[in-house]
Amino acid sequence: MKKGEVSFRIGGAAGDGVASSAETFARTCTRSGLYVSTYSFYQSVIRGGHVWTQVRASESPVNCHGEDPDVLICLNQDTADFHAKNVTEGGAIIVDPNAVKVEKNELKKGVTLVEIPLLELSRTYSTAQIMKNTVALGAVVGLLDMDFDVFVSVVKSQFGTKKQDVIDANVGAAKAGHDFVAKGNGRLQHPARYTKVRRMLVTGNEAIAMGALASGVKFHAQYPMTPSSSILHYLAAHGPRHGVVVKQSEDELASINMAIGAGFGGVRAMTATSGGGFSLMVEGLGLAGMLEVPVVVVLAQRGGPSTGLPTKTEQGDLNLAMGAGQGDWPRAIIAPRNQQECFDMTVKAFNLADVYQTPIILMTDLVLSESYGTVNTFDFNVPINRGMMADESKPEEFKRYLVTESGVSPRAIPGQKGFQHIAGSDEHMEDGTLISDVLAGLPNSLEERVKMHDKRMRKLNGMLKDTSGPELWGPERADLTLVSWGSTQGPLREAISRVNAENRIKVNSLEYCYVFPFHTDETKNILKSASLTMAVEGNYTGQFARLLRAETSIEMNHHLHKYDGEPFEPRHIVSKIKEVMKLA
Amino acid sequence: MPDEEVYEFKSGIKPMWCPGCGDYAVLNAVHKALTNLKLEPWRVAIISGIGCSSNLPHFLTAFGVHGIHGRVMPIATGLKLANPELTVIGTGGDGDGYGIGVGHFIHAMRRNLDITYIVMDNQIYGLTTGQASPTSLKEMKTKSTPEGVIENPVNPIALALASGATYISRGFSGDPKGLAELIEAGIKHKGFSLVDVFSPCVTYNKYNTYDYFRPKVYSLQKENHDTKDMGAAWKKALEWGEKIPLGIFYVAEGVPTYEDLEPAYRQGMPLKQKLGITDPRELIEEAM
Repeated sequence: MKKGEVSFRIGGAAGDGVASSAETFARTCTRSGLYVSTYSFYQSVIRGGHVWTQVRASESPVNCHGEDPDVLICLNQDTADFHAKNVTEGGAIIVDPNAVKVEKNELKKGVTLVEIPLLELSRTYSTAQIMKNTVALGAVVGLLDMDFDVFVSVVKSQFGTKKQDVIDANVGAAKAGHDFVAKGNGRLQHPARYTKVRRMLVTGNEAIAMGALASGVKFHAQYPMTPSSSILHYLAAHGPRHGVVVKQSEDELASINMAIGAGFGGVRAMTATSGGGFSLMVEGLGLAGMLEVPVVVVLAQRGGPSTGLPTKTEQGDLNLAMGAGQGDWPRAIIAPRNQQECFDMTVKAFNLADVYQTPIILMTDLVLSESYGTVNTFDFNVPINRGMMADESKPEEFKRYLVTESGVSPRAIPGQKGFQHIAGSDEHMEDGTLISDVLAGLPNSLEERVKMHDKRMRKLNGMLKDTSGPELWGPERADLTLVSWGSTQGPLREAISRVNAENRIKVNSLEYCYVFPFHTDETKNILKSASLTMAVEGNYTGQFARLLRAETSIEMNHHLHKYDGEPFEPRHIVSKIKEVMKLA
Repeated sequence: MPDEEVYEFKSGIKPMWCPGCGDYAVLNAVHKALTNLKLEPWRVAIISGIGCSSNLPHFLTAFGVHGIHGRVMPIATGLKLANPELTVIGTGGDGDGYGIGVGHFIHAMRRNLDITYIVMDNQIYGLTTGQASPTSLKEMKTKSTPEGVIENPVNPIALALASGATYISRGFSGDPKGLAELIEAGIKHKGFSLVDVFSPCVTYNKYNTYDYFRPKVYSLQKENHDTKDMGAAWKKALEWGEKIPLGIFYVAEGVPTYEDLEPAYRQGMPLKQKLGITDPRELIEEAM
């Protein structure tokens, strides 16, 4: 166990309530003033199989679920078999001795085996199997010397005032576990200082949904797909109260086109999906680019190709997002690095979409979408920029696709008298009339086509200016610069800190949140003074490194690619750094 | 409706359909219906897909989206939900609506949104120069079916009855007056209205011509068909051959529309709301 932090893991079968018990513990830690980062390992089954969730809680900020657990609750034999031997020195394992056997000689030094008759104790309070989890959680609260009242407050929030009997049963069962431990059955070294500092605990998806609400989204259409579905769930639960129409569509073709219809209608519109659904949205994205309709699209990546690994993480859809749609159309791709940026970048995406009247793609991955992280309370009072609207007093001068220097034309919406126009997916002239049919290829329309195409593509220049370049983190001069995009930030920074603490070499990190339009000049400026470089990304071909090379002609010296479905842990990166820097 | 003013709905753009194309009659009928209803062009939106008939919005002075193939209904749905005060009309062909877009067609109907969908059904793919369409009759020879179609055609009226549309009708470009009446009644109807139109393709469909239909078609309304009777509607929907019914097959009045039931509308229509969250306390508290 490390000082000032604890990694808690609970494992069982799907349907055992593993994720919800972990959430209770994560909220208890958050309300105890700790920083929290979680990861849920699960499979594409509803019952059975093996699932576990890790909750890492620390006095200092953490942005990654960590590595081996310090405290392990085994709800079934599989969990003991797979995880018990990994519990860190000085840690603890909680089992019901009537259900789970642990091979003591396989355990690390100083690991306490806490045997509690979980099911038997829970029977006093409820017949529900799941209540044994609560007994175990109570025991952990006791082992870690946490304030039991904080745990009670979390249970109360979760069940609300209407379910007093459920609350009583949960509190009773947890107290039984708590007291069992207090009777001398084990206490861990005091792992952290608890405070009353209030923070929020959100998943990336929740942060995106909250960012959308703050930005004034009024229409959200989505077809369920892991790991994007909880955006739909959050907005369906909270949206209508704030006037948001939330539509579960028949497929992703419908989602994107509904969002385009709503965007054309003048409201802020969004959709979300994973790679498979995004593939269906491709034609719609091109349509939005051509119609110049603002729309925000969340692409929460999972393991591909095809159905791939539905419950596992990957960063394998960058090529898809970059290349989505026939022909060229202007797009921005933003990859938030953590839960806070999920909120901030959603706000940014809505503003860019409105200002540049084009689709903005927000890319996350399963580990960021579904993992909880602590954030300071979000400021819902966000900047809102709806972009250029037509001059209401001059309908006779209105041209929907007026050629301008910025490439952005004044917009008008249905209902505005005198501003009627047809937004066409065929190539069109400034007033919207088609040049695709009887005019196509005629001398004058060749010029018109080029003018319109140039106009649309000029938006990329503006978007480049309105976004910031990559962040260089760590020492300014380093022996090795790690290059990454999106959610890799957490484990990567931790790996760097660990290596740099050894004082043998210096490593820093170049991180991209704004992936496209690509910040070529800033990248070249930073990388020209880099000694060695290594791209760290979660896919097979090094999709980001390839984009970087295409935009800058800079070749990464080394690559670390992970595509086994599990997220990066700091140790993966540390060992690769040591390998390439010959520090073994 | 201000001062009973009647607005011009024809834009200056001339259709480039083949001479004799059934779509001219549909355009005229749409125009007639819109002016009869004294609608204001800026409060009307026409959404179309891709195909000869989908060029129709360009020939009117309303707002519109000339979208992509098959996605008329989703675009119309998003627009209507964003601004339910608009009169939203979908237009397109049989390939667009009953082929590539058939899934959306069914779902739009079961939602009973207050939109009108006019499908110019010529039983052929015209713009791609004459392949079989989802409504091409069995044994019909086309470029893609040189030995004749071996699939059964989609029956749009039966599909609409099964899917929950609340106004289901069929018109014919050879009967422009009747067609305009059907479209007008469809727009007035509160709920999802389908106007399926036999709109002959004079270039690529040499079988289902004006002369093919003229001796066969008859008016349901002249036969006192009970449009409230779902059973009678089914019977008429399946009638095909020597006699082919035109007119209104089925109407269900007073069925709540999707908009009537949409919970978000308790806060007003989306377009007119203030943006953002004024009191986020509940959202924050829940995430603590």
